[in-house]
Amino acid sequence: MRFFADSLIETWPLFEGWPPWLVYGLVMFAFGALLLFGFVSLFAGIVTVVERRIAARMQFRVGPNRVGIQGCLQWLADGIKNFTKEDLTPAGASKLLYLFSPYLVFTGLFLAFVALPFGQALVISDLNVGIFYILAVTSFVTVGLVLAGWASNNKWSLLGGIRSAAQIVSYEIPIGLSVLTVVLMAGTLSTQGIIERQGWAPWDWFVFANPFAFIAFFIFFTSTLAEGNRVPFDLPEAESELVAGYNVEYSGMRFVFFFFAEYANLFVMGAMTSLLFFGGWNSPFNWTIDLFGLFPAPLEISGTLVFMAKALGFVVVIIWLRWTLPRLRVDQLMVVCWQYLTPIAFVCMLGTAFWMIGTHRWDALDYVKYPIFLLGVFLVLAMAARAVRNIRRVGDPVDLNPFQ
Amino acid sequence: MSAVATYFRNIREAALTVFDGMSVSLSYLFRKPITVQYPDRTPEPILDMVPEGYRGILDVKTETCTACMACMRNCPVQCINIVVEKVGDPPKRMMTHFAINVAKCMFCGLCSESCPTGAIHHTKEFEGASNEFNDLVRFFVDEPVLPYKPPKKEKPKADKPKADTPKADTSAAAKQTADETAADKPVEPAAAPKKTETDGEPT
Repeated sequence: MRFFADSLIETWPLFEGWPPWLVYGLVMFAFGALLLFGFVSLFAGIVTVVERRIAARMQFRVGPNRVGIQGCLQWLADGIKNFTKEDLTPAGASKLLYLFSPYLVFTGLFLAFVALPFGQALVISDLNVGIFYILAVTSFVTVGLVLAGWASNNKWSLLGGIRSAAQIVSYEIPIGLSVLTVVLMAGTLSTQGIIERQGWAPWDWFVFANPFAFIAFFIFFTSTLAEGNRVPFDLPEAESELVAGYNVEYSGMRFVFFFFAEYANLFVMGAMTSLLFFGGWNSPFNWTIDLFGLFPAPLEISGTLVFMAKALGFVVVIIWLRWTLPRLRVDQLMVVCWQYLTPIAFVCMLGTAFWMIGTHRWDALDYVKYPIFLLGVFLVLAMAARAVRNIRRVGDPVDLNPFQ
Repeated sequence: MSAVATYFRNIREAALTVFDGMSVSLSYLFRKPITVQYPDRTPEPILDMVPEGYRGILDVKTETCTACMACMRNCPVQCINIVVEKVGDPPKRMMTHFAINVAKCMFCGLCSESCPTGAIHHTKEFEGASNEFNDLVRFFVDEPVLPYKPPKKEKPKADKPKADTPKADTSAAAKQTADETAADKPVEPAAAPKKTETDGEPT
């Protein structure tokens, strides 16, 4: 990013005599705004429609397909509906905290986008503590949730908020330990560094590097679902239907902030999984596009496309899980975290550490990535085969056309 | 079972059931949805998808209506209104008014069952919603209409010769039963009236 700003100062006559720090600030601000309005908002909106279409097909129906072409503008209609709702503040609520907590949740989530590497040179800020920064900043959400529960002046809202905060805080530990597994293998906390240590080929990715990392991937994926309040850990959302969750008193656009933050978090979840375990923007190609000489160096797009494809693939897996699994009760949730995920994550981290010492000594240990890769491929094929068998056993007609 | 074994069994079951469940929902992703996207994207025209004998909105063929008013009398909610009066230059009994209030109609079918000619019948049409409440009354007669007069049926006079032979049989059978009743009194009288009754039917 600094290189890009420097080249801007050199090539554009507009920025002739400006102090560099001002240009850097402006560039970062512009990229942040572009990312927020151009990407995160669009993504959060469109993924609600995509989720509803996928959910509908998994439930034997069609999903919203009337508002735009195949329903692509449904999110706008929902947004307009929410915008025109009455903005209520409950009587007796702490007004400042009530108004402030949605912004905390949203900020905590959006700050994570700053360190996500969209391409080899496309990262807003390549912090040398990248992954640690992301984990720290997503903890803002906890503060926001507790504040929302407290400020709603509703006993059960408060309890719901505390329960969701407990869930998020508990699952920080397995996440941290599985991230530590990857950091041990990569040797750096920086997100770009982690990706650069992985190769383009699937067997070079960290998920297949050693059996402990393979298990750590599943632990990470499960914990990140819990962090994002997604099924099977979406008790905070369910509470709004049952008794009172932390966002039950919010209406209109304030509710949309919570909702929007959750869907944008889907992308952060997918992006983190793909950059930590699945190689990020690594690809065997090297496609670049030249933006008509606007920038001195041509812009790489192969990495960006690959990164987006991987992150979106994981978003689809998260949506798929939502419509497969039932919801866990809060005590079951806590049992899963403390009795199962945390100890196993510890074992994975220690196992990886010993494995790395072992690979220094015995080179043969490195070659275990090939069998583990074959195991991964086998699992994917077994899933596909089972799905085909499920359809054949009943004899239902198959329709691959997503545009109904 | 020991706690350790239970622990690992739980992990194994969680993994296997999640895998199984995900394969089921993945399989549903590729199946044809059973939604019928009424009204614009139906697989066949809507009126073809309606079953036979469906009791839709009523229609009246005034050419065949005899103005017997059986439908008006049989309607449970009195949604049919027929007016027959003497109008015209040589005054004749004519139908001046035939209105069905489709809003009141409960589509029970009693009117079409009682119609002697089948003039009033159910169509397959069911999409009758309108923005105007008054649009829901349908008028089937604009100008006074002569009610239909069905052609007279001829009485079955040619059947008499055929009636002789059953009568001859009955006389012979009646004589037989009369002889039998002379033999056994308590049982036969029950049989004899039965036989004469059955013989009476062909005539």
